[in-house]
Amino acid sequence: MKRFAGLIDRLSFERGRNARLRILRDYFATTPDPDRGYALAALTGGLSFASAKPSLIRQLISERTDPVLFSMSYDYVGDLSETAALLWPDAGEQVGDDLSLGAVVETMAAALRPQMADLLASWLDALDETGRWALLKLVTGNFRIGISARLAHMALAQYANRDVNEIEAVWHGLTPPYLTLFAWLEGRGPRPGPQEIAPFRAPMLAQPINETELRQLHPPDFVAEWKWDGIRVQAAAGTDGDGAPIARLWSRNGEDISAAFPDLIAELAGKAHFDGSIDGELLVVHAGVVQSFNVLQQRLNRKSATSKLQLQYPAHIRAWDVLALNGDDLTALPWTERRARLETLVSRLDSSRISLSPLVAFASWDELAAARAAPAATDLGPDAAAVEGCMLKRRDSPYVSGRPRGPWFKWKRDPHLIDAVLMYAQRGHGKRSSFHSDFTFGVWRTGDDGARLLTPVGKAYFGFTDEELGQLDRFVRANTINRFGPVREVTHTADQGLVLEIAFEGLRRSPRHKSGVAMRFPRIHRIRWDKPPGEADELTTLERLLEPDGPSTT
Amino acid sequence: MARRPDLPEQGLQGEGPTGNEIRKSWAPGEPPQHDVPDPAPAGPLGRTADLLMLTPQGLYCPAGGFHIDPLRPVERALVTHGHADHARAGHGHVLATAETLAIMAARYGENFAGSSQAAAPGVSLAIGHTTVSFFPAGHVLGSAQILIEARDAAGRLTRLVASGDYKREADPTCAAFELVPCDIFITEATFALPIFRHPPAGAEIARLLQSLHLFPERTHLVGAYALGKAQRLIALLRAAGYDAPIYMHGAIEKITALYQRFGINLGDVRPVPARDGRGGGDLPGAIVLCPPGALQDRWSRRFADPAHALASGWMRTRARARQRGVELPLVISDHADWPDLCRTVVETGAEEIRITHGQEDALAHWCATRGLTALPLHLLGYGDDDAAAVEETAPGAATGGAAS
Repeated sequence: MKRFAGLIDRLSFERGRNARLRILRDYFATTPDPDRGYALAALTGGLSFASAKPSLIRQLISERTDPVLFSMSYDYVGDLSETAALLWPDAGEQVGDDLSLGAVVETMAAALRPQMADLLASWLDALDETGRWALLKLVTGNFRIGISARLAHMALAQYANRDVNEIEAVWHGLTPPYLTLFAWLEGRGPRPGPQEIAPFRAPMLAQPINETELRQLHPPDFVAEWKWDGIRVQAAAGTDGDGAPIARLWSRNGEDISAAFPDLIAELAGKAHFDGSIDGELLVVHAGVVQSFNVLQQRLNRKSATSKLQLQYPAHIRAWDVLALNGDDLTALPWTERRARLETLVSRLDSSRISLSPLVAFASWDELAAARAAPAATDLGPDAAAVEGCMLKRRDSPYVSGRPRGPWFKWKRDPHLIDAVLMYAQRGHGKRSSFHSDFTFGVWRTGDDGARLLTPVGKAYFGFTDEELGQLDRFVRANTINRFGPVREVTHTADQGLVLEIAFEGLRRSPRHKSGVAMRFPRIHRIRWDKPPGEADELTTLERLLEPDGPSTT
Repeated sequence: MARRPDLPEQGLQGEGPTGNEIRKSWAPGEPPQHDVPDPAPAGPLGRTADLLMLTPQGLYCPAGGFHIDPLRPVERALVTHGHADHARAGHGHVLATAETLAIMAARYGENFAGSSQAAAPGVSLAIGHTTVSFFPAGHVLGSAQILIEARDAAGRLTRLVASGDYKREADPTCAAFELVPCDIFITEATFALPIFRHPPAGAEIARLLQSLHLFPERTHLVGAYALGKAQRLIALLRAAGYDAPIYMHGAIEKITALYQRFGINLGDVRPVPARDGRGGGDLPGAIVLCPPGALQDRWSRRFADPAHALASGWMRTRARARQRGVELPLVISDHADWPDLCRTVVETGAEEIRITHGQEDALAHWCATRGLTALPLHLLGYGDDDAAAVEETAPGAATGGAAS
């Protein structure tokens, strides 16, 4: 437990990607089984036991502290687990060195809820404060230290000197503490195979492409599809040992998001059940029309969905690939063959929740460019609002996990561009913490008294090169007119100030923002050293770019 | 207290504030062996009010006619230690330990006060209607608690200790805290919440060295207050067997040299060398000490992929460490932690506790549960070390101008 506590303590403060990889590698190399496997599971969200409730922790610490001092401390710290870890009375002699992570995880998995209080208390007595903090984070299932599953896999790959895709290919058949995985990585055992029902398969990703690069490709080699502005999902289904249908929805990172989409799962495990795995885009389709990302967001980042939400924002899969069917792995087949099987499958399923991703007909790149520029002018109709460009796929391409160069490209619609004026700057984090790298910018509007004034419309913290960051930082330092803690106000009058060309993907109404609009994915496209701030854009220009607000509520 | 063999004796500047100096030894725990001057006329608020009141300038002792750690220039100031929020320039007379006077002179120039007088540890001085003596507080070099004794009209003796900032944990760079029994104890409360239990400093140093082992190519930049913390860190690193050169930001050099003049052995400490454009001065794998304010400054970019550490009691909570952008928080403090604050309050035997800067309410609550009378003083203007840290940053460093 001590090693594990040290690991997550260090990871929780380290922001550098390479440093995090190094810390993880060092841990894998120096920690015995099964602890390192359980740590890997804890970091990748793979542990499953009935987690301890915050109320239990509150009860345990209340029994041991003065309530006034507890409440003052909790106010100060702001995090219950951390407060409890810091306040827990030292039991005198700490025997925590003997308490292994494996023992904690295995005992928790076997424990009944009524036993949990005594178990936790005895462990807390045995640990120091970092150990207590780690334990409480572990048992409450509340791990927010910014380590993605991908990063953990990368660290494993570096540790074992293998390709990360090799690890991701086997990952989803494995269970903690991953003894077979470590045995394989260390050359002590065979490659583990996936055995799970409805498993996740690491997805194939597309490379971005621009028009110049595109023109060097041969049009007949490729097919084009619309690039839908939803979220990438894998719908996997099968049957368990008793013949009962199973369906799962996986995010592109292999996160099981089934619980958030009971409407889709019911369909996949019921009327539209199949045995295999479909790759596609999760969208909200309301009254036959694909809704914008803005609308889809109502269903995202939730643990579950109320029936009202399901009714108002019905989830839908736009399918574009099939990876496995009736026990056969189809990934080695060329795209054309997979597409043929997908078409047959989707038509057999005959579900209002699963549709085929339509192809975009084109004979030349010019024709495709025209379709991409004006999708609404094609046969898409109102669905065009949810399109953010085109996908290009080689007809002969097999399905390869990862982001191979060549077979798949995404040719995104050009972003919106506006000229805005730099208003505030804030220091960045981690590596950029000594630079002003978060920039708040505004556009002009006419005030009640008829005067033109700037209103902030967004914040951007990337899009520039390191060199440009240096220039921006110098500009901020030299033109600061006010400081509010870490934020600096920068000169912004009609004559003096800096114009930034901002690129963004979409704009929606937002009552939370002073300007009434919120940008999606804003970034600094160009620094307009040449342009006087007075010539930057007006809010009215921006408002013309607003997306529709979504379906009228029924 | 640390000896200062090679410094000129500060001596009495003319007559002291009272001219009535009493030099008798006094051992803690025994009754005072000297005569305490005649009482001041009784004030309406009884004995505490005669000995202590709050003024806009800070704590004031009416019976003695002096301020303790005043925030603004006053005629007579007794100064507990050299941190900027306690020791300010511009007073008429300053009474402090020789080390504290040397620190003030180093920071503010030789003319930091109209006159100054060195208080030897444990030696009593009569000032006004009181007797005053200084005892080590264990906070930084020269830090002292000030004992004030006075008799009221009925001849009853009251002993008041203004402890300034103090810690009980061993510190190789300053004299250890001495417990001074008293009736009224004025305690700091910087870390007066039960969440603040400082781990042994040696264990934190071990974490720093372990990180250096894991990342041998990164400069380990350690934020530490220029006075006290930085020198203590160096001494702790030396005690842990680390004997490589330790580099210092310009803002730390002067005080470190002063510590060395007082006989504190810090090994090979050097200023950060200038960059030569070929990677020289990038200091990969070295430990560099700087004021906390310089950690995220442009100055820090010059080093090889710097790992940011910060040595402070505040690092006990994660949010605080993250706010400071620190990758390696080291919980090393020069203030008493919660158990030591509680222990000290009890051990002084004081019936009345006055609590100054920090988390007054929590400590007052704890005292009340122990049947002690405790009142927060709500003094404004003292650290939070963070405030002092900003002050301790070299001028210009905050704007990126200074680079050394």
